[in-house]
Amino acid sequence: MTQEQRNSWINTFVDSLTLRGAEFTMPRSTSLAPAALIGVRAEDWDRVGQEAKASDCRWVAAWGEDCGQQFTINVCLYKPSDYLVVRTTVERATPVLASHTPYFPAADRPERHIQDMFGVAFMDHPDTRRWTRHQAWSDKEFPLRKEFPAAGGIAGSTPPDDQYRFLSAQGAGVYEIPVGPVHAGIIEPGHFRFQAVGELVLNLEEHLGYVHKGIEKIAEGRDAAGLARLAGRVSGDSTVAHTWAACMAMERAAGVTPPERALYLRALMCERERVVNHLGDIGAVLNDVAFAFGFYQFGRLREDWTRLSGQAFGHRFMMDRIVPGGVTTNIEQSAIDAMRQQARALPEELTKLMAIVDDNASIEDRLETTGVLSLELAKALGCVGYVGRASGQPFDVRRDVSYAPYDRLTVKVPLYRYGDVAARVKVRAEECLASCELIAQLLDTLPSGALKATWSAPSSTVEGVGMIDGWRGEIISYVRFAADGRIARFFPRDPSWTTWPALEKLVRDNIVPDFPVCNKSVNGSYSGHDL
Amino acid sequence: MLRILRKTQRVGVITEPLPEDGELALEQVGAQLKARVGEMFGGSLAIREVDAGSCNGCELEIHALNNPYYGIERFGVHFVASPRHADMLLVTGPVSRHMEAALKRTYEATPDPKLVIAVGECGANGGEFGVSYASCGAVANVVPVDAVILGCPPTPLKLMLGILEAIGKRARR
Repeated sequence: MTQEQRNSWINTFVDSLTLRGAEFTMPRSTSLAPAALIGVRAEDWDRVGQEAKASDCRWVAAWGEDCGQQFTINVCLYKPSDYLVVRTTVERATPVLASHTPYFPAADRPERHIQDMFGVAFMDHPDTRRWTRHQAWSDKEFPLRKEFPAAGGIAGSTPPDDQYRFLSAQGAGVYEIPVGPVHAGIIEPGHFRFQAVGELVLNLEEHLGYVHKGIEKIAEGRDAAGLARLAGRVSGDSTVAHTWAACMAMERAAGVTPPERALYLRALMCERERVVNHLGDIGAVLNDVAFAFGFYQFGRLREDWTRLSGQAFGHRFMMDRIVPGGVTTNIEQSAIDAMRQQARALPEELTKLMAIVDDNASIEDRLETTGVLSLELAKALGCVGYVGRASGQPFDVRRDVSYAPYDRLTVKVPLYRYGDVAARVKVRAEECLASCELIAQLLDTLPSGALKATWSAPSSTVEGVGMIDGWRGEIISYVRFAADGRIARFFPRDPSWTTWPALEKLVRDNIVPDFPVCNKSVNGSYSGHDL
Repeated sequence: MLRILRKTQRVGVITEPLPEDGELALEQVGAQLKARVGEMFGGSLAIREVDAGSCNGCELEIHALNNPYYGIERFGVHFVASPRHADMLLVTGPVSRHMEAALKRTYEATPDPKLVIAVGECGANGGEFGVSYASCGAVANVVPVDAVILGCPPTPLKLMLGILEAIGKRARR
């Protein structure tokens, strides 16, 4: 047992679980390092939820896998500064498991996703409605079971999903506003159902899943390079972060270490992706409160950064630049100089622009106290990234469970507690400044050498997990190879899983016209969530 | 207010005439686009963008058409909120099965004569996602398509060229 293992909260957790009467089905393993892995009996699953709640863990993610006679169900928990994956199996004939949702609201939709995709029933789940499934397959079919063909069995067209049971509200003056799936703008599709009185939002309910593309299913049987390409399209705006997370998981599984230069270039791309998205969204938030000046200024900066990424890496979003074992593209000295210059210039521009924004009372009026996510809710929903950081949740994978090359750098993480739109905007502006510092450090210490280690597909059923802090926050990527070196299971957990439920809560008691600005300040990915 | 004016003046007009290597200059494409839009759509081409299942990469580039560099509105092209106001649908894909009905209804709500452009590799041919239990693949598998714009995602300039080509094709009909 290493020093680290001795100090970890996981020991106490395991001891307490034993005291609660749980039995372990396998010895504590490091096969998912840096996460610890333990196995419990299915009947102990409720105890795991209870103990995780009692231990003040963050409920991170859950995913299943069809292993023939049994389904494996995993839950990932976090408490500073270690991840723990708890695994259990349920019989295919009786796929029933206790729900963690009574302990963690964050478990609600992930469990319903597993229910729809595997046909596992979660006992005591407060909401048994389907989530990811609409009308493309029946309630007797489960796409992630092995016997379900990836091609599906559908003849003809898929009917609209107009029978979803939304919550309803009654009373004098209460009315409903249905929005979507096709929204009034250049936005991804999803359905929002508002109940309002006058201008006030009583309740918002989301119905997502419209862009479900079967990512988990069509990942199966791919080779490593194919999975990296698919991961790069889980959510296009986070293409770098998702590809990195999937490659990290595959590399850990296969025991491949990318060269230093590749790791630095990955971080460089990831920080550029963060800056570009934050700039674009700050502009869009300002646009939503009719401050066109801000929209155009931030749009200009975003385009400047996007263009330089295109020149330096050969793709404006740096898509497909990360591959298993390393990166595909080197950068030239001229690009290094230009990126250094850009990272030097942005803080001054940003500081001036934010001063103009701060000076404007009408913007202040729209952004402050709008869309407040309380600390308690942010914690209960497991919010990460800028949504969490604006509501007092400081977690950042780069700093708290550091990985190369961030383990050699100083990562500054802004933190606010007001949880309103203004706080989220501030966090994002400050993250841009921190990223500029990181970019400068990365460029100053960029190691020379190879771009890619030789990739060799594993020849046994190894597994791995990758954790990357993308611009939206923590991405978890789970990969297991089959014995033929092809992908047996892929599950990417985009941080949007944690922020979509937060949006429902934070928009309450706001006026309907403030919904767009609330939504933009959170900016969940539909694609990354629907899979 | 003074600071805003100062900033605006200092940044100046960045909206571009930029000849990119090998590619047609934006101004050139824009001038042609404006002429065509003028001729065929009374000076105003209204586009309804429909994300029918994309990864959102295409949306980012379509958004970029409205940033001050590309400023596509100056050529008479603008994005509208309702298909009923649209001359053209710009559809990104692959079309997920869960969006199949919504896309068809959007298509039906768009008044004739209408132009449909499938955007991106996925919209054009299904891309990384292809056809599966969850995806119908190409946009053309669901609604009639007049033109495609390839790229993953297509750059803003490619999008403008594609829109130009599509309305050129319509003119020849």
